[in-house]
Amino acid sequence: MLRFVLRRLALLVPVLVGLSILLFAWVRALPGDPARSLLGERATPEGIARVNESYGFDQPLVQQYITYVTALLHGDFGSSIQTGQPVMDSFGERFPATLELGFVALMIAVVVGVPLGYLAARHQGRVLDTAVVSGSLLGVVTPVFFLAILLKLVFADKLGWLPTALRQDPRVDATHVTYFYVLDGLLTREWDASWDAIIHLVLPALALATIPLAIIVRITRASVAEVMNEDFVRTAEAKGLSRSTISRRHVLRNALLPVVTTIGLQAGLLFSGAVLTETVFAFNGIGQYLFEAIGQRDYPVLQGFIIFIAIVYSLINLTVDLAYGVIDPRVRTQ
Amino acid sequence: MSIQIPPAALAPDTLDSEEEHGVGLWRGAFRRMRRNPTAIVGALIVLGFLLVAIFGPLLTSYQPGSAEWSGQVTPTSVPGPSENHWLGLDRFGSDMWTQLVYGARQSLVYGVVSTALGLTVGAALGAIAGGFGAIGGRFGTWVDTAIMRVVDIMLAIPSLLLAVSIAAVLGQNKYSIMIAVGVAQVPIFARLLRGSMLGQGQADYVLAAGALGLRKRRIVIGHVMPNSIGPTIVQATLNLATAIIEVAALSYLGLGEADPAVAEWGRMLVAAQDRFDVAPRLAILPGIAIAVTALGFTLFGEALREALDPRTRK
Repeated sequence: MLRFVLRRLALLVPVLVGLSILLFAWVRALPGDPARSLLGERATPEGIARVNESYGFDQPLVQQYITYVTALLHGDFGSSIQTGQPVMDSFGERFPATLELGFVALMIAVVVGVPLGYLAARHQGRVLDTAVVSGSLLGVVTPVFFLAILLKLVFADKLGWLPTALRQDPRVDATHVTYFYVLDGLLTREWDASWDAIIHLVLPALALATIPLAIIVRITRASVAEVMNEDFVRTAEAKGLSRSTISRRHVLRNALLPVVTTIGLQAGLLFSGAVLTETVFAFNGIGQYLFEAIGQRDYPVLQGFIIFIAIVYSLINLTVDLAYGVIDPRVRTQ
Repeated sequence: MSIQIPPAALAPDTLDSEEEHGVGLWRGAFRRMRRNPTAIVGALIVLGFLLVAIFGPLLTSYQPGSAEWSGQVTPTSVPGPSENHWLGLDRFGSDMWTQLVYGARQSLVYGVVSTALGLTVGAALGAIAGGFGAIGGRFGTWVDTAIMRVVDIMLAIPSLLLAVSIAAVLGQNKYSIMIAVGVAQVPIFARLLRGSMLGQGQADYVLAAGALGLRKRRIVIGHVMPNSIGPTIVQATLNLATAIIEVAALSYLGLGEADPAVAEWGRMLVAAQDRFDVAPRLAILPGIAIAVTALGFTLFGEALREALDPRTRK
């Protein structure tokens, strides 16, 4: 097991090195002068030269790259050209928002999706099944941002039940320790701050949950349907086990293997979806951060963001692979 | 956001149904699809979308982005359906129906071009990797590994974020979105085709062809390739849906077409946002257009996959 982990981690190295070279070369080679965009319309040649010097844009490319990678290895992802704030600090404040949002969305998707998929498989061909299958299809084809806009329109703008934007009402006087707002409220015993953070999470999390939900429903349904036709289920029925025992011990346990993998694979979707959802709800996570960086051509932020996501995403995928080995003994022996 | 198919699921190696004895793979699939209501609904939506996109100018007498009636649009009201504008006006005072119709053209062009780009580059990479991998030997394995490492780098970033990054770097112009969405699809096709080619490489007929003395290169190009392409084509159909949604998403993030005279569904959604209270249809109509189009391609693609899958043939 340890060898497997080490080998997978080692495979990550060439990917990240390649990615850092690509990103570096790419961002520099294309039009749009960062110094000019920083100084705006009234940039003087001296001002541009000064910015280029202080950010190292005037150094040879190889030198810039070495400086960049050395800094990366020291955990320095550069600083935003616009605000001067280190990219890592901004991630520290904003990544918890995205994690919180993604986690809640994934929970909704799993808690609703697995039972729905199971029920659909149990009632194959009947009304419930058709409804679930059609619903999940709609979930896949509806653009996340469109759904987010609709939810905001109906539940926030028209009905006024839930807040339209942000992570927390600015009027709530909250102390931030971990930047997981819900958790912060619990830690500092500011219950109303936690509650406020929760109601701000509802709409974005629902919007973000739809695609993973739809996919989990479909995979669960297909997997349960397949397992129900297996010989060991017939054997269990033949030896007189009760329906619920068969469902619990034989069908679900075997059917959930592909579901677990699928849940793990939703990480990419959640990151992508978060960028859109956060933009709609002005939810201050890394998605919103990326959106701002794009608008301002903030190179260090873009670079830092992509490398950061690549690392996190790869680690999540690695964890999923490992989890699969834990759940399915057959994988371990390979 | 795309749905990936395990290559093995589509291995076109068994034609066991008596009824279809002697019928080719694609013809058999077509016959099965004609009997599948899902496939028909999907095909009808796709056909409708194509007709609207291609014959758009005949369906309306107005120009997109004309803003001719901008005087009638105020912060508190956007004129709704009327005799001259059966879907009303949009936020900038153009005819809503015209915007939607021309938006369909835009989506078709962007979707097809980007998917074609992803398919061409991805399939080429996949075929080279899979071909060399199937031929084997030191050089073959090296080529395979080198290509797949590049693909791994691309896969290290979620597809939409990859597209966003590429579009952000390319800047706001006509082609950046197509390139971005296309490039983001490359790893999907490359992996899929390589996987099914390596899978086919183990098949009995390859062994037989080898025993007959055919050269490896000829086996790969003449036999393995054509037998492996099925899943890739199905994936391309499904990816059209994803591409249309992603193009709209990039526009939504402000990375799309800069020219305001070009109608684009994603940007219509953005523009509609500050008129929500007065005219929700401004957001709902383009949103539905995107979803229905994506639905059509998804239904069609899934029916095609089912029709080609030997396991689902009854």
